[in-house]
This record gives sequence, structure tokens and C-alpha cells, in this order.
Amino acid sequence: MSPEYQIGEGSLEALFAAITADGRRIWGPRAAAGCIEIGEIRSAGELARDQVHPISSAKAAAFPRVEKILSYRMDGKDVAIDDPPLPARPTVLFGLRPCEARGFCALGTILNWGTPDRFFNARMERTTVVSIACTRSDEACFCTAVGGGPDHPAGSDLLLHPLAQGGYDVVVLSDKGRALVALAPDRFEPARGAARIALAKIEAEFQAQEITEQLPRLFDHPIWSEQSLRCLGCGACAYVCPTCACFDIQDEADARRGVRLRCWDSCAFRLFTLHASGHNPRETQGQRWRQRVQHKFSYMPERLGVLGCVGCGKCSRACPVDMDFKEHLTEIAKFS
Amino acid sequence: MDELQEKAKQLLEAGTVQVVIGHAAGRGGRRPVFVRSPAQAGKLVHDDGCWQNLATYLGKPEVRKLGRAAVVASPPVLRAMVQLGAERQLGNDEVMALAVVTGGPVRTLATLAAIEGHLASLPDEPPAADRTELGRLAAMTVPERRAFWAEQLDRCVRCYACRASCPMCYCERCTMECNRPQWVPVASHALGNLEYHIVRAMHLAGRCVQCGTCGKSCPLGIPVHLLTLFAERSVQQHFGQGGKASGKPVFAMSTFRPEDSETFIR
Amino acid sequence: MGTSVTTPTPLKEGSTFEPKITAFVCNWCTYAGADLTGTSRIRYQPNVRVIRFPCTGRIDFMLILKAFAHGSDGVIVSGCHPNDCHYTTGNYLARRRWIVFRDVLEFTGIDLRRLTFAWVSAAEGAKWAELVDEVTDRVRALGPYREYQALASAGIE
Repeated sequence: MSPEYQIGEGSLEALFAAITADGRRIWGPRAAAGCIEIGEIRSAGELARDQVHPISSAKAAAFPRVEKILSYRMDGKDVAIDDPPLPARPTVLFGLRPCEARGFCALGTILNWGTPDRFFNARMERTTVVSIACTRSDEACFCTAVGGGPDHPAGSDLLLHPLAQGGYDVVVLSDKGRALVALAPDRFEPARGAARIALAKIEAEFQAQEITEQLPRLFDHPIWSEQSLRCLGCGACAYVCPTCACFDIQDEADARRGVRLRCWDSCAFRLFTLHASGHNPRETQGQRWRQRVQHKFSYMPERLGVLGCVGCGKCSRACPVDMDFKEHLTEIAKFS
Repeated sequence: MDELQEKAKQLLEAGTVQVVIGHAAGRGGRRPVFVRSPAQAGKLVHDDGCWQNLATYLGKPEVRKLGRAAVVASPPVLRAMVQLGAERQLGNDEVMALAVVTGGPVRTLATLAAIEGHLASLPDEPPAADRTELGRLAAMTVPERRAFWAEQLDRCVRCYACRASCPMCYCERCTMECNRPQWVPVASHALGNLEYHIVRAMHLAGRCVQCGTCGKSCPLGIPVHLLTLFAERSVQQHFGQGGKASGKPVFAMSTFRPEDSETFIR
Repeated sequence: MGTSVTTPTPLKEGSTFEPKITAFVCNWCTYAGADLTGTSRIRYQPNVRVIRFPCTGRIDFMLILKAFAHGSDGVIVSGCHPNDCHYTTGNYLARRRWIVFRDVLEFTGIDLRRLTFAWVSAAEGAKWAELVDEVTDRVRALGPYREYQALASAGIE
């Protein structure tokens, strides 16, 4: 895709101002407590530039950590149910990595499987994704092993390529992207074929297809308990993952009224599959680790036609005991 | 092979233990490792980058199934092992320790009693950086601290990396899982997060081994260890007994002295 | 016979705020003491809701925070004097818990002026009334604990 426009680094502030004036909030990578996270930013100056990956993903823009899905009041003996108004505040996600943007495709597939999730869809509809192609990567990245790449367009509305002279080439990928350009048209000059900074080179150490093909016959293999010996069974990897969509429904109520909330959940928790009887079909961490990989690389491709992993490596970076997903997956791929 | 690797190799060769739990090189850092053959002992390293408290694995059935273990143990790991023994989670002879200090000698300690004796000679306090942070927070006004913790705890996503990495959080059914009624909200909203972290600090008061692993495990860099360190310090200051001052564990929050004093009860 | 032990502080002009105070008390001492206040016809402000426990040792520290989250502006926790616990040791253990919990609350920035601990025995009917009046006046002056109650809806999209 060739770029239509070019935007100078100095124009970003004006673009942000135009976005804010349009009533939209802006989320992007920003510094917080010694790490880079995705959060609300109000000026281009707050954008964390010198980072490969924020520790968290931007999925919270369309799939929040805690979301109210209904509330109710006791009205004498009757119950009055209130549906909350669908979210109205539009969001621009600015400065995402292309792999993160690609994550929204998988999320959208999961959350529209069978029943369309109107909460996710309403939020996604009001979200514009502006990615910046990767000129750097780190040891945890493996996008090219899962069909992605440092400038993959899937999931983005605008894709920016950093230019050697500063500023960015702008590729418009959707109507939403075009609408964003229209907010500050004088800041977007026609593209002039300026030299781009070279894209990051990410060597693929395996191919996802190899893993997908092998997984059915690896179900009882000892590799799962071996790889997961150090896994603590926390939810860090699931919560930072751009494609993980498991959730829990919690009712918080007293005798008179209550709310029903949807919150993130993780298949790594022992409690995730614990039955009320006390039986747990996934009692060991090895079974839960197997589930994680099978779900992303076997069940999802098989049933939804999309891989559950974009190779961003956020899981590996967030893990307190260095469960390196690229390393584990490379080892699994060797069985083919 | 260095001294640690040599001692680990000997223990495995002699069949004294079936697994040595230690640290090895990982991607850009150190990771926990479970060495089961003498040939693999060369993987073991110990330096200041080895911050995960390995005693947490002594509560993991998948690890216990590997057989009798020796743990490569820095002082907080040793403290955790002794505290676990005091709380009846470990028998005296069940686990061994290879006591390490960065750049120092390695001591083989075969029983919890031996570990307790060894600890009596070691200082028991949080790392200097954490003491400085605690001091900085203590100097703030109440509203300033409220703002600090609100900002920090609102970011929490309740991944429970802090709980999972803590050797003293070994309850098979944690308070968070009490759901008749739901005692602590599951949802990671502001109130749920505040309640969770306060409950955790209180449940660790008098038991915390001051390793700081919880804070370092947090993927978002939230300094949750400051809460548990603070609660632990409160116990030590008020009751003159921490979890393991002088190596001996004391159950500060489930015991009392009639002469305990305070100035706020009317 | 109806004597008021203290005269309540007048409300600020135009203000109609009346604080909600929740009191967690033990059955054998403070609850009985509050009974005595009533039978002695001592009047005190009506803002307190009393919740009866067998012993202060049974009071989970989280209940205090739950009370604030559910709309209390102030909380009282009261039981038998040390050495007088009906179950011998419950209040000693509670005391240890309160000492540390108060510290942790202050460390996290919660307003300790809204939380009062007391020993009120079954014979101290007058003390109960004084305590409730003093706490009610103090919390009325502090205003509603909106800051804490706002936490209940923060962070939900």
C-alpha cells in the first residue's frame, strides 16, 4: 500500500488538539511507574517514543477491564432492569504497534462468534487505530512467526511509517482513517516518497502452521508440564495479551439494587475451570498451559479461522518468571 | 563449575535430593529453574538479578511431585522456608537449602532447624531502596498518600502475580475466592483493588519475609511490596516481634501480650 | 428524667447533612452498655446503627471498609475492656489487629478521623452516649465520606 500523505513530527500536537476538539479521547503508550503502558494522553509530548512495546495492550479500549452490562433495582416485588447506554465517547488509539492493531481482528472474531457482542462492537465502532510501523524489535517479538510483520496493516485505520527526516508516511486503510485525516487536513501533506527508516528485521524461528498441525497429537506429551514448571498461574500473560478475551461475570448487589459487571479472567488461574463439586478438569498448571497454547494455535484456527496470537511478546515481557512464549513455541514447533 | 553448581551436582549425584530449585539465565534476566540431573547443574547461577522468591515453589504440587528438593536460597528465601515450617507447611527434614549470598560462600543446610540457626546471624530488614521509599511515603500527608495509592492501585488489573509469587500466599482457597458472599470484589475497579491490597497486607502482617518479590512481579510496576513491608514494619515496631526477628518465627497477629499498648482506643 | 449528656453542635447554616454512623460492638459489654444507656433514659443522637457481635475478636477488619463503601460516614468499633473479655482473649487479639489495621489505613490515605475504637463496658451507659455524641459531631463536621464512596463507581466503564 503506498502512502497518500506525510505528516511532520511537529504537526502531531495540532492533530491531537483537533482530535480532542472533536470530542474524542486519545490513548497511547505513555510512561507510568517505571514502565510504559497504554493510557490516556492529552498531548503529543506525553507519547512515549523510545519504546518497543508498552507492557499492556490497547484492548481495554474495546474490551474494558471492568464493564457494566446491566444494572437493576428492586421496585417493590418487581425488578427494574436498566441497560446502560452504549458507550458514546470515541477513542483514537495512537502509536500502537501493528501487531497490537492486528489483535483487534482476533478479538472481534471471538466476540462475534455466535452472538455479536454489542458492547465490544459499539466500542470498536467508535475506535480509530493509528499504528506506527516498527523500526525496532526486541528478543520477545515474534510477529513474523504468526503471519504478521513490522508493518502489517490488519486492524489499523492509519499506518504510519517513520521517515529518516522525521515525521511519518501515512497509509490510509479505512474510512475511519480517512475521517481522522479530515480532522486536520492542513497537517497532512501529499506523500513525497521520502526515505523511510528501515523496518525492524524479525527472524521467524518457527511458523505457526507447524504448531497448528502438530498440536492435536501433542495433547498428552510431557512437554506441557515441563515448560510450565515455573509458571505461577497468575493472569499477567492473559491480561496484557491483545487477543485474550476470556471474561467473568460478577454481580455486585445488595438487597435493593445491583450491577452486573464483566471483568477479565485468565485460563491460567486454577479457579478458571474449578467446578462447584470440587472437580477440576484442569487441575495442574501443565494442563492449563497446554490449554493456553492449544486455544490460541489449534482451537481458534480450527473453529474461527483465525490464530489467537499476534506475536507481540507482551506475555513474555509481563511474566514474572520469564515464561518466554517465543522460546516455548519454538520448542513445540520442533516436534513437526 | 562454581561452588553452587558443584554442591548442587553432588546432592543430585548422591540422590540426597531429586531436584535443585534455583535460577538460570533467561531472556534478559534470570528465571526459576528445576535441575534434576547432575549434568544440568551447570545452569545454576546466583546474583542480584535472582529476585524471585523460590520458596513459593514449595507450595506447588507439580514441583513437590518431582521429589525431595534443595532450594538455592538467599536470606529472604531462607526466612520464607522457616516461616513455612512454623506454619506447618513444611516438615523439618522435607527440604534442604543451599544458602547463598551474592559473591559469598554457599552453605548446605539440611533441615529447617539448621536454617533457623543460620538466619540468627543475618540481618532481617527490607532492601535499602525500599526503606527509602517507605520513608518518602511516611513523610507525605494523608491526602498525598491517598493520591499516590489511588494512582497506583487504580492501574492494578488483579492478575494476582503478587499473590502467586509470594511464598506466604499458599492458601489453596484464598480469601479472594470466598464468594458466599463475595468478600473482596473480583472486578478490578478502584474499590476492589484497594480492598484486595489492604487485605493482602493485613494477611501478611507478621509473616512477610520482606523479599519485595510481590512488587517486582507486578507486570505494571506497582510497588505493592511497600504495603506488605509497611504492615510488617508496623508489627515489628508495635509488638517488638516480626515474623522472624532472631531467626525464630513468632505468630504476632495470632498472639498477644496483655501489656500491648496504644493511644487511640477511648 | 430525660437528660441529654451533651448538646449537639449546631449544623452549619443551611446544611442538612446528617452523618450515618455504623457501630460494630460486642454483645457482652458495649451492647449491654448501650442497653443501659436506654434504660437510664439518657438521650443521644440517633445517627448510629448498632451491629452486634459476640466479641470484638469476631470483627473482621474489612467490615469497617465495607461500612464506608456502603455509605457510612463514620464507624465506631467497641468492646470489653482488656482483661474483661467474655471469651477471655478475643479483645486482646482484636486490639493487635486494630493497631496494625489503623496503621495500614493511614498508610493508604484513609481518613482515620472517621474511625473510632473504644472500650465500653456493660456498666458504662453514660460513656456510650458521650461516645456516640462526640463521634457524630465530629463526623458531621467532616461531612459525608464521598471520597471513599466514589471509589465504588470508579474504574467501571
